[in-house]
Amino acid sequence: MSDSDHTHETAPVTRFKAPTRLDYTVTAAAVTADFLRHILEQRLVGRRCPVCAKVYLPPRGVCPTCAVRCHEQVEAGHAGTIDTFSVVRIPFEGQVLEPPYVCARILIDGTDAPLLHIVGEIAPEEVTLGMRVEAVWDDRPLPTLARVRYFRPEGGTP
Amino acid sequence: MDQPALTSRFTLAYAYKRSLGPVIGAFMTGLRDRRILGARTADGRVIVPARAYDPASGEPTGDLVEVGPSGVIETVSHVAQPSPTDPVQVPFAWALIRLDGADTSFLHVVEGSAEALHRGLRVTARWRAERDGSLRDIEAFVP
Repeated sequence: MSDSDHTHETAPVTRFKAPTRLDYTVTAAAVTADFLRHILEQRLVGRRCPVCAKVYLPPRGVCPTCAVRCHEQVEAGHAGTIDTFSVVRIPFEGQVLEPPYVCARILIDGTDAPLLHIVGEIAPEEVTLGMRVEAVWDDRPLPTLARVRYFRPEGGTP
Repeated sequence: MDQPALTSRFTLAYAYKRSLGPVIGAFMTGLRDRRILGARTADGRVIVPARAYDPASGEPTGDLVEVGPSGVIETVSHVAQPSPTDPVQVPFAWALIRLDGADTSFLHVVEGSAEALHRGLRVTARWRAERDGSLRDIEAFVP
């Protein structure tokens, strides 16, 4: 071996790294852009289907059940009910929050389709189905769903 | 109401690690030790990279056989201007190389311009000083 050789490992190679990475630029379509501009103003604004009258939050341009356009904007509340939830206890690559934390589907007051978000200010064991929660807004002016930092038990930690 | 489009950067990345099994593991171990290994099939051919099964017959392969590190270019696909994710940052070609002692061709990088590289050209592996058992242990093939 040459002098420039720096490889001294002798154990058999049993694994290799095969990382995959795709870099996207995502552009919000009109309906989502509306939603994000409202969320920037600390408002949750969904859309109602003119046929079945369901309110979607985040809004949808077309009702998935009735296949008609949804134009009517509906201001929803800042609180809602936990529809279902999952406690994340396992660390993974790229994780933003420290486990354990709670992901929940939250049915916001005045809407008919649950929103997926985080539940905070409560121990995971304390979270229950049907629990009332309210939005805690982030101070940073983010036009993203992270404008709501998380949802916490309504009226503060019980 | 004309407002600027809302756009966001989004990166989807998975840090996969793959287990190699005994034969491809031996092939990768060979690369780390500056050897290119093929596998002998039941009908006596040598396939490179070494694989546990003969893709032609589905039969298990036998002994590992050292091939190369030189060979002959069979086909080239030129890259005049490498992108940042390409393995080398000089003009190169993706080439199928028939390594000495092999009966299949091996896909790798050959450094050189479109004028310099052609079918039938003899090339040889240039090894990386720091090797960890991957195809990139061969930095490139060179004429």
